[in-house]
Amino acid sequence: MSLDVQDLVVTLGGRRVVDGVSFSVPAGARFGLIGESGSGKSLTALAILGLLPDGASVSGSIRWQGEELLGRDDRELARIRGREIGIVFQEPRTALNPIRTIGRQIGEPLRIHEGLSKREALDRAVELAARVRLPDPERIVRRYPHQLSGGQRQRVAAAIALACGPSLLIADEPTTALDVTIQSEILGLFERLVSETGASLVFITHDLAVLSRIASDAVVLAQGKVVEAGPVAQLLSMPVSPVTQRLLAAAKTMSWKGEDDD
Amino acid sequence: MTAGQDHPRRRAASGGLRTLVSGPAGVFGLVVVTLLLLSASVSFLWTPYDPQLTDPFAKWLAPSPAHLLGTDEVGRDIFSLLLVGARVTVAVAIGSAVVSTVIGVALAALGSLTRRWVRETVAVLIDILIAFPTLLIAMMIASVFGGSLWVVIWAVGISFGVNIARVTRPEIRRVSHSEYVLAGKAAGLGPVRNLTRHLLPNVAPVFIVQLSWSMAVAVLAEAGLSYLGYGAPSSVPSWGRMLSELQTYLAVHPLSVLWPGLAITITVLALNLLGDALRDATDPTLGRRGPASTPTSPQGVTA
Repeated sequence: MSLDVQDLVVTLGGRRVVDGVSFSVPAGARFGLIGESGSGKSLTALAILGLLPDGASVSGSIRWQGEELLGRDDRELARIRGREIGIVFQEPRTALNPIRTIGRQIGEPLRIHEGLSKREALDRAVELAARVRLPDPERIVRRYPHQLSGGQRQRVAAAIALACGPSLLIADEPTTALDVTIQSEILGLFERLVSETGASLVFITHDLAVLSRIASDAVVLAQGKVVEAGPVAQLLSMPVSPVTQRLLAAAKTMSWKGEDDD
Repeated sequence: MTAGQDHPRRRAASGGLRTLVSGPAGVFGLVVVTLLLLSASVSFLWTPYDPQLTDPFAKWLAPSPAHLLGTDEVGRDIFSLLLVGARVTVAVAIGSAVVSTVIGVALAALGSLTRRWVRETVAVLIDILIAFPTLLIAMMIASVFGGSLWVVIWAVGISFGVNIARVTRPEIRRVSHSEYVLAGKAAGLGPVRNLTRHLLPNVAPVFIVQLSWSMAVAVLAEAGLSYLGYGAPSSVPSWGRMLSELQTYLAVHPLSVLWPGLAITITVLALNLLGDALRDATDPTLGRRGPASTPTSPQGVTA
């Protein structure tokens, strides 16, 4: 098991926002966390990286490559973040620093973890930009986030997350803020990147249709608890819990009128 | 049109400078501030006349080639006095900028990046301190230490430091809660790097405007406080002192009081405009002219 979460509890402002969540992600697997908004899926992701907001308390166990992550101090975790575990956030508009160029932001993790010089980091940033299929990589690394489209920004975010070749990629609703056609492109990108690098993927979404394209196993979260777990195919064909049934119904209506969306 | 095909590559630094001087406001600010610095430094080496040289036979002379801006009530050359007075202006502007930066940044950082009870306390402290006007602080300091330029520097520095803290604190809070700071942490950035790479550069625009404003106010406050007798001693020529001395003759010799007034006004205006231009230059998202600002076209998106 490369990632093993057991009985994770996150308390925030007196509420148990993640309440006894357990799941395991084998090396190289594509795993889904699905649930409605407020179900605790994003906080689960942040807990893995030790990035919970101030005032949150956490208990249970998160084992990464056999080692416990909970209770480690921030400096040790900082060495894992970006190097072994990369994350892509939902909103590419706000997840990039507006006043630094794309190239410097992609090169940042390389400068931190591999001690590259500015020049080397920029060269690698160009390679990475090409790998996530950003157009005209040589030039785009000199641009600023506001000069890019939403889909391009999400590609930049993916390039940052993958810069150091992490063995686990967490994608926190990476397609939610994008329109439907771009969504599909970005999903294709994630699929290709994880199969190229052999990294495990934890994909967080509220959209069962999206999940079915990318993940093989998943857990369904509702109000911080796991309500259903198993292969995605099974969630699609025989949803047991009412939450899964609702998500499935929503995914069907979405694909019905998907074209009109946005 | 393909993504930025037809614009030359530009380096961030030279691009910033270009933006700074691309508008009339930035050019004006830069020119005036340069002139101010120049006259302050030239005054150490040369002035047309000794600025303290009185000549009872040459008082209230009109502007002429011999006395460019005329003379005052004791026959001193106004142009020379202005040149020497620029030293005080520069000293006060820079001095209070340093003091307000230190106080402002310290208070803002304490009020935003610390534990909850510390930052709430600091926030209340800032709210209390902001109620004290510059003049009151100056009078308090002057009553203890006597009137001097330091009174002006500290009074403006303290009151504007609080101002800077008040404006910068929520900005730091906002930026430190932004997703790119979280993303930075997720990429492995330590707290120090996050501060220098993400926090400070994004707070800088707000800060720069406040700072330029505090320098402008320092110039004004020197004039006001010297006028009231809390500022520079009478042996030190300053624009504020000139203004206060010459304005008593306003009805008789209106032209002479114009010069220090103009010098103060133009300097204050230039500092404000320079601050605005600097903010625009440090923020790439504010309309940078030219094709560099055109977003990548849809054709460029296909992958």
